[in-house]
Amino acid sequence: MAKYLVRRFAFLLLSLVLASIALFVLLRIIPGDPANALLSVGATPEQIAAAQHEVGSDLPLIVQFLNWVRDLSTFQFGESIISSYPVGPEITSRLSLTVPLTLIAFVVAVAIALPLGFIAAFKAKTWYGTLLNGFSQLGIAIPVFWVGVIFIYIFALKFMILPSGGVPPEGWANIPGTLKYLLLPIATIALVMSSSLTRYVRSATLDVLGSDYLRTARSMGSTFTQAMTRHGLRNAAAPVISIIGIELATTFVGAVVVESVFALPGLGSLLVRSIAQHDYPVIQGVLFVSTFAVLMIGFLADLIQRIVDPRLISSSAGDLR
Amino acid sequence: MKPGKKFGVVGVAFAVALTLFATSAPANAASADATIDIGSLYEPQNLDNTGGGGQGVVEALNGNSYEGLYRLTDAGVVENLLATASKVSKDGLTYTFTLRSGVKFHSGKTMTSADVKFSLEKVSATDSKSARKSSFKVVKSIATPDAKTVVVTLSSRSISFIYNLTYIWIMNSAAKDFATEEDGTGPYKLSAWKRGSTLSLVRNDAYWGTAPKNKTVVYHYFTNATALNNALLTGAVDVITSAQSPDALAQFKSSSYKISNGQSTTKLILVFNDRVAPFNNVKVRKAITSAIDNKKLLASIWGDYGTLIGSMVPPTDPWYEDLTGVNPYNVTLAKKLLAAAGYAKGFTFRLDTPQYDPHPAAAAFIKSELAKVGITVNINSVTDDQWYNNVYKKHDFAATMQEHVNDRDVVWYGNPDFYWGYNNTTVTSLINQAEQAANARIQASLLKRANRIIATEAASDWIYLYPQIVVASSTLSGYPINGLNSQFYAYNIVKN
Repeated sequence: MAKYLVRRFAFLLLSLVLASIALFVLLRIIPGDPANALLSVGATPEQIAAAQHEVGSDLPLIVQFLNWVRDLSTFQFGESIISSYPVGPEITSRLSLTVPLTLIAFVVAVAIALPLGFIAAFKAKTWYGTLLNGFSQLGIAIPVFWVGVIFIYIFALKFMILPSGGVPPEGWANIPGTLKYLLLPIATIALVMSSSLTRYVRSATLDVLGSDYLRTARSMGSTFTQAMTRHGLRNAAAPVISIIGIELATTFVGAVVVESVFALPGLGSLLVRSIAQHDYPVIQGVLFVSTFAVLMIGFLADLIQRIVDPRLISSSAGDLR
Repeated sequence: MKPGKKFGVVGVAFAVALTLFATSAPANAASADATIDIGSLYEPQNLDNTGGGGQGVVEALNGNSYEGLYRLTDAGVVENLLATASKVSKDGLTYTFTLRSGVKFHSGKTMTSADVKFSLEKVSATDSKSARKSSFKVVKSIATPDAKTVVVTLSSRSISFIYNLTYIWIMNSAAKDFATEEDGTGPYKLSAWKRGSTLSLVRNDAYWGTAPKNKTVVYHYFTNATALNNALLTGAVDVITSAQSPDALAQFKSSSYKISNGQSTTKLILVFNDRVAPFNNVKVRKAITSAIDNKKLLASIWGDYGTLIGSMVPPTDPWYEDLTGVNPYNVTLAKKLLAAAGYAKGFTFRLDTPQYDPHPAAAAFIKSELAKVGITVNINSVTDDQWYNNVYKKHDFAATMQEHVNDRDVVWYGNPDFYWGYNNTTVTSLINQAEQAANARIQASLLKRANRIIATEAASDWIYLYPQIVVASSTLSGYPINGLNSQFYAYNIVKN
């Protein structure tokens, strides 16, 4: 296990380095000049040249890259060339919204999806088993922004019991207030995520229910509950953990849509704004943190999978060779 | 427990959670201590109006946290603010300003002539990103004979000088970081800026002038107009500074809201590159202007709102004249003009169109109108960045669309190097003369003549003047209704 961990961690670091190089190069391929966002109609050629010099867009690419590596090595990510604020604290501030939003929605989604998925599998032939199956299909078909818009219409505009968007000016200093503002975004993400998770849990459970080892365990005298607990759940858990990891990463990265619908000052909205302004240090910082988060989630999901199913360690050790 | 009961429990729990969180908005405090929540689409980029802070920083801080020597009121009148008096020499080249006594910055430092000198020089500094920089080229020297007096010497007469000073914030010369910190003299201090979300101002109890009629002002920032409108509908904000669509106004037509149709200075312009064929031909430009039904276009985008102007000058400029009749909508006339210009069979051109509203819809309308006179328009959608690079900097375009937001900006037609490349020596001379005029009457007369010439030559097609629509809760009063230079004074707002 220790050997696996070291190799997997080295792989994670290598991925991170390659991703950061790719980020830097891809950003520079996109045509545009960050100095433009600081200027307006009426700027003189001298002002344009001065702005380019100030933001560093007139420097050779290699110098820009070395500056980025230097900033990265201190985990500071430099300063925004538009607002002059340090990127590190700005990202931390945005994460303080995006991370709770994603994690709470994720926990709620899992709490909904696990029981519903089991019920949908165990009672596949009943009317509510069919209904749950329909629910899971519907959730996959409906885009998350549409769910958000409908929730805003019902709970904010029609019944006026929840805010339509934004967060209180005092932020997390007002925990109940902030949670009140996050309730609809959380519900939106949780609903969509839980329906697709329900489908995976149902499918994994159905596979286990029809498996030979479960039938063998029952024939050897185990009760259904014993067979499920000892053999079924472990086998069903492995693919579900993998999917949960992917879902969590997707939700974290995809929070930009929900943040936009609910006007939330999270990481996603920061990314969208900085892309529009070609604010390279901010874009690089946000994408680096997002990449790191996605890789870490994948790493943790792999780890948990291997704890649940140790057989994977020997096979995956081979994969990494 | 059966699954059905589980669902019931979840439902009850959700209902309880909703009830717990669904507290009503706090009751209004006495108006003098009220918090005014303002919804806006224009978040500042940073806090420095000479450092690329953008329209948002003017809206939030101009007149609220920072003040100039003069103030441009919501009605467009220039009045004394940090300057109590000014004396102009007979040749019009020397301005002597007397500063108000007892004015302190929010940090506690007393404002002196050194701060005024610093602030004026900051606008024309090498690293200044102010769009007004060129207006201050005329400043030759600034002297500070004592702490209360500033003497500015100009290289040539500039009748707009006092007016232009309304844009210049007096900043603390000892301050270090203007982009991230605020230290002005205004009625509000910056309390907090949660980037991406809110900017809060709190009453400055040591303010030299009349105290604001409210205690706290919070600007709430949104990236889309629907979320902004929803915030007003749900009571999260009290007022929105600029409604973006007439369709959205239907939901505010009740006794709970007030819709104000104020004066705007933002013009939507079909800009020709007057340097290149065929747009270097006056007849072609006039033909295009006559071929497009601007009235219909305005109605399709803004309904009953907005104004046709027929020139670069909005009604709030002193040299306004209704010139909508100069190039009337007349397809037959347009065809004749095209034939006279040698384009009887029309031609094809590329229209570089910004991607945000209303440009795509307006471009599609223009394409359809010009097809009727044989002109083919290829719409080329461009990002802001592409527009700035290719159109503004390199002048690599045939025609484009753009909004010009400032007042008194007809003067750009006097600069042949400006991106639209209009070059008429008479107009340039009239605009230069106007700036050096002895009085406002002569200035207005000269600029009227310049404006009439550019309209007659269809230097551009001024499609319409945007409406400035402020929507507020009916409990609110005292807010500005005109969108002059994007400012939004909050100190007179009262919440009942």
